[in-house]
Amino acid sequence: MDCTLPILILAIPITMFLILGLLGMKMSHKLAGILGILGMGTAMVLSYTVAFDYFFSGNELFVSAGDRLQYTVFDVTWLQFSERLVVNLGFLLDPISAMMLVVITTISFFVHLYSWGYMEGEKGFQRFYAFLSLFSFSMLGLVVATNIFQMYIFWELVGVSSYLLIGFYYKLPSAVSASKKAFIVTRFADLGMLIGILVLSYYMPTFNFIELTAPGQPEAVLASTGGATFLGGSVLTWALVLIFTGGMGKSAMLPLHIWLPDAMEGPTPVSALIHAATMVVAGVYLVARMFPLYLMEYQALDFIVGIGAITALYAAMVACAQVDIKRVLAFSTISQIAFMMVSLGVARPEIHEGLGYMSSMFHLFTHAMFKALLFLGAGAIIHAVHSNDYTSMGGLRKYMPITHITFLIGCLAIAGIYPFAGFFSKDEMLSAMYGYSTFWGVWMTFVAGLTAFYMFRLYYLIFWWEENPHYKHHKPHDAPWQMSLPLIILAVVSCVAGFIPFGELVTWNREPYHIHIEWLKIAIPSLCVAIFAILLATVMYAKKNSLPDKAAAIWPGLWTAAHRRFYWDEIYMFITHKIIFNVICQSIAWFDRHIIDGTMDAFAKVTQRTSYVIRGFQSGSIQTYVWWYIVGAVALATITCWAIL
Amino acid sequence: MNLTMLMYLIPSLIMFACGVYGFITRKNLIAILISLELMLNSVDLNFVIFNRFLFPGQMEGMFFTLFAIGIAAAETALAIAIVINIFRSIKNIDVRKITKMKF
Amino acid sequence: MESIGNIILYFVVALIMALCSVLTVTTRKILRAATYLLFVLLGTAVVYFQLGYQFLGAVQIAVYAGGILVLFVFSILLTQRPGDPAAYLEAHRKFIGGFAALVGVALLAVALCTYPLIDGMSLTEALSQGTPDMAQIGKYLLSTEKFGYLLPFEAISVLLLACIIGGITIARHK
Repeated sequence: MDCTLPILILAIPITMFLILGLLGMKMSHKLAGILGILGMGTAMVLSYTVAFDYFFSGNELFVSAGDRLQYTVFDVTWLQFSERLVVNLGFLLDPISAMMLVVITTISFFVHLYSWGYMEGEKGFQRFYAFLSLFSFSMLGLVVATNIFQMYIFWELVGVSSYLLIGFYYKLPSAVSASKKAFIVTRFADLGMLIGILVLSYYMPTFNFIELTAPGQPEAVLASTGGATFLGGSVLTWALVLIFTGGMGKSAMLPLHIWLPDAMEGPTPVSALIHAATMVVAGVYLVARMFPLYLMEYQALDFIVGIGAITALYAAMVACAQVDIKRVLAFSTISQIAFMMVSLGVARPEIHEGLGYMSSMFHLFTHAMFKALLFLGAGAIIHAVHSNDYTSMGGLRKYMPITHITFLIGCLAIAGIYPFAGFFSKDEMLSAMYGYSTFWGVWMTFVAGLTAFYMFRLYYLIFWWEENPHYKHHKPHDAPWQMSLPLIILAVVSCVAGFIPFGELVTWNREPYHIHIEWLKIAIPSLCVAIFAILLATVMYAKKNSLPDKAAAIWPGLWTAAHRRFYWDEIYMFITHKIIFNVICQSIAWFDRHIIDGTMDAFAKVTQRTSYVIRGFQSGSIQTYVWWYIVGAVALATITCWAIL
Repeated sequence: MNLTMLMYLIPSLIMFACGVYGFITRKNLIAILISLELMLNSVDLNFVIFNRFLFPGQMEGMFFTLFAIGIAAAETALAIAIVINIFRSIKNIDVRKITKMKF
Repeated sequence: MESIGNIILYFVVALIMALCSVLTVTTRKILRAATYLLFVLLGTAVVYFQLGYQFLGAVQIAVYAGGILVLFVFSILLTQRPGDPAAYLEAHRKFIGGFAALVGVALLAVALCTYPLIDGMSLTEALSQGTPDMAQIGKYLLSTEKFGYLLPFEAISVLLLACIIGGITIARHK
């Protein structure tokens, strides 16, 4: 296969970043915007071409007897440290990377287009586009990585561009601290990932994903660990759990989720692109990429299931009690990603032929579409009413019809209503979970119900409830076409994406899998739960009434706790400030100031005092020098004589 | 009575000690130079004496003294040029007044 | 056994040298110090003659007594009014100088007295081994063989040249 197109997919965004970053300030806003949109649009078309080629061309490079193959488009040695430690940069084409190419470039393109309207007149417009391009480049580089090191490099690049974009309004203290928080928390998690990679690399002959996950290779790695264990887990389990820690950071799994709600300080298109659709699913993608290794150690997969399920429930509960609409969406994102994680964790070859893997990737795809839609819709609303709080919204359906309809479609999709996209992926995920254990299946069904409830609570509070009196002074209206167009297109995609035969395209062993919906056992009950939740939300929030306050009053403690996100930030503050800063850091600082600095100061003082004393010898009088010289000579001579005699 | 090496070395030793004493005590730069000449002279003398009494058949000591005298002449000439220059700039050649070399 | 004349000459010269050395550094008048130095230098020349180094004695008289001393007298006359007594010496400086000199003398005296060869040879015996004549010295000075001193000779020549230029540069007004 010609490797021009894949190279261009990576080269165009980075070139755009360089052009806009270096020359952007010299350009007009319009030119910079058009350049960015055109660049991303080209990358999108190229990605579609490549993905289409891969999935449907039937080329024997990509398909062999019905099974899809992993294909390395190119792989060049970038750094060679030793014979084994080689860092390559390359382009790996396989079902999940092709799918991610499509997702990333699509969302990124629509976000570019949307930002043209949303960011209009903002200071640093060109910088914004430059960072968007950098992010797109890093994310594309991440998904096509041929080896762990390339993935790690782009992983960090993604973190950096996320940091830059969250802190885009760098004059706002809250944005600055949010960007710092995101960077530090994810870096902290990446430390775990790096350690995991190092542990794994100790036993692995190669870093290449294809060789690593080839049939038989994971077993060989497991064998080479020689049954070494640490604290009850095998070495491989530990390595995989540590690598998963990096994914927990990026994908905001409990307890490393605290950065994502604060990351909403960034511009809303950024939240849509990075913190809803692409970057946050990097953790899911990481696990999916190394899935055959994870299959060796069910302990690691069980760990992922546990973390994911708890996170999903936690985030869904918190989302029910948030005031800021972007925060609701952020917690919803956390919850949905946790869904994907659980689904990946329950994917076992013996359970529905590894259905969980396929459904997780399917949900990643559909979620990216409707969550980006929801975020962009929220952006349009915020753009119209200049506030993030639902208290300054309400009754908007008359003023913003396009936003209203598209947002409703997004809500229906995420709630899992037939025939919207979310229904299909969620149904497959729930099948996989019931196949794993009924307990987790019921648990996740409950979370899905909660999802429908809080999304419709949000929807009603924004568009129904009670018309805000401020609208008389400032009449909200639909967004300009640059913003509405992405909403409409994404809404259409959210309607039809569920009918994509995803099982034919993406499965864990790349063999086609035929999706069949188990209407009676899974689909209808979950549909009933979702509809019940929506009805409940309708009763509570469709018109202004006192039911929500009464409901909150039933368990005031629970409501307050959920509103305060179950005090996770407070716990972190307590640990970092009270324990780490006050106790550990202060004692270390004391040691540093008094013992280490004190020693050095003592050296300096002794030297200084001594020099003050001995500088008197430098009297400038030659005769004194000679006298001392003679004293020395006499002393030497005396010693010599003594020795001779 | 024999004239031995020790007898010649004693005046040389006295000369050297006087040189040391003068170098340390005098304030006048020229006087210091004179003391220096005393010491140098005593060393020259020693070379000659050792040559004569210990290695009578050879001439290294003598030649060394010969060259030392030459160098002493050069050194004195330069030193006196410097002294005169100092005198010209500060109208004094008292070493205690020349304190620019001090810390 | 030495000749009486030699012995008398030695004692006279040694006495003059020791005495004049002491006077050189103790007199308060600088011109007198230069004069005493002249006597010391002349005494040294006499010792050179007595030890059989006539050429060296001649050089000593010519260079030291004739050249260097004249330079001293000139510079003294340039920088000092004649008969101007030097300032009194400070007591502690005198003590320091005296201490250094005496300790040095004591130490060297001990060294001399304990040196085994110190009483080895008398002057007559030493002289009987031969004294260098002028032709020999001249040959050695300009020869490059054993006992040849052409290299130092040339080095001294260059040094003297440099010294002349340096002296002119330093002393030149502006």
